[in-house]
Amino acid sequence: MHVITDNLSLYRDGLVTTLRICLYSGLLALLLGTIMAACRVSPLTPLRAVGTSWVTVFRNSPLLVVLFFMAFGLPELGINGTYFVFGTIGLALYTSAFVCEAIRSGINAVPPGQAEAARSVGLGFGQTLSLIVLPQAVRSVIPPLGSVMIAMIKNSAIVGAFGVGGDLFSVGENLTSAQGEAALPVLIGVMLGYLIITIPAGLLLGIVERKVAIAR
Amino acid sequence: MTEVSTDTPMIRLSAVDKYFGALHVLRDIDLEVPRGQVVVVLGPSGSGKSTLCRVINRLEPVDSGSIALDGVPLPAEGRALAELRADVGMVFQQFNLFAHKSILDNVTLGPIKVRKSGKAAARDEAMQLLERVGIADQADKYPAQLSGGQQQRAAIARALAMRPKVMLFDEPTSALDPEMVNEVLDVMTGLAADGMTMLVVSHEMGFARRAAHRVLFMADGEVAEDSVPEDFFQAPATDRAKDFLGKILTH
Repeated sequence: MHVITDNLSLYRDGLVTTLRICLYSGLLALLLGTIMAACRVSPLTPLRAVGTSWVTVFRNSPLLVVLFFMAFGLPELGINGTYFVFGTIGLALYTSAFVCEAIRSGINAVPPGQAEAARSVGLGFGQTLSLIVLPQAVRSVIPPLGSVMIAMIKNSAIVGAFGVGGDLFSVGENLTSAQGEAALPVLIGVMLGYLIITIPAGLLLGIVERKVAIAR
Repeated sequence: MTEVSTDTPMIRLSAVDKYFGALHVLRDIDLEVPRGQVVVVLGPSGSGKSTLCRVINRLEPVDSGSIALDGVPLPAEGRALAELRADVGMVFQQFNLFAHKSILDNVTLGPIKVRKSGKAAARDEAMQLLERVGIADQADKYPAQLSGGQQQRAAIARALAMRPKVMLFDEPTSALDPEMVNEVLDVMTGLAADGMTMLVVSHEMGFARRAAHRVLFMADGEVAEDSVPEDFFQAPATDRAKDFLGKILTH
């Protein structure tokens, strides 16, 4: 197992790169997913169509295909960027479809009388959603949203393998193929790296879930 | 019986039809409610009385016909509709207080977010309203911590905080334990005495006799009877109404 201790700084840098991919992708996915969920419950048909199409496209496409589009399709359209930017955005687009559906399930779990009362007080659609429905949806959304985020952290390995480089997964690949280290201990190190991110993430979600609990 | 003015009706429905799928819940309804009138709507379940209440502020859209409030036709969607709803207070059977907000915040939300009142002014007015409905001491609690009667009185205060022109009540006492019905009816009777225009879907006969100017009896999506309370309760004109009153008054 000395390969892990010998290359600790490499693993540490990998962990940081993975965290950066996940942080940017996660924030962008949450933002896009919330906007799309709002579209899907909107009273306006065109907005609902946008939300539904978004989810249909990104939930049903393999992540790898989305990443290929970002990395090779966009440059053909004259849009250029680094693998890091394309990979992060691709992961965010893909994840946002699942975020959208998790949030929409939370919105549907809020009793319809809450939105009716908000509308009858004179609140508009945006106010009803942001002041009344979403704050109450948060509670039931945390567990499924947590699963989506943890899946995203694991999917970041595909982004790394795709060419971003330097993330946890690429560190493992580099050590085994370029430096000829035995695969088993290297991969155990990689797995430990992911667990260092995902297990505290799960614990954090549990704390958040208790914090936002609403008495009914 | 207070005097009722005869200018533009506060609520006017003309030839309103409403379907739920194949079910024809409102059939060609024409209704005018003058300013200051208190109307109690009675009828068997499924007669369309709740729907009648809910189409007036367009919580349910209608399929045909027109609705006007204080002479202004109801807009379709969007900001104009929201502005109009702000002038119509609505009280629900299940209270529908915002579960994640304190009683005080429930009452001040509309004035602050819709009327753009200052926080301090909204708070003062909300406390006066909560005082009026008798639950000022519950202001900092959450809805789930209150009894049903207290929640419904808070919901009335929330509606009144918008200074509405009309108040709609959709079976306001049907979800309450019997001993809590009167505390809510007392608040409503006070409102009626103050001259508020009210449309109340309710089976509370005592309230109808005491506070209503007019009783509508609905059956199968139509207004089967439209009369004053004494006449309706003593000598209902239709068999449907006789049958209905026979069923609810024998117990």
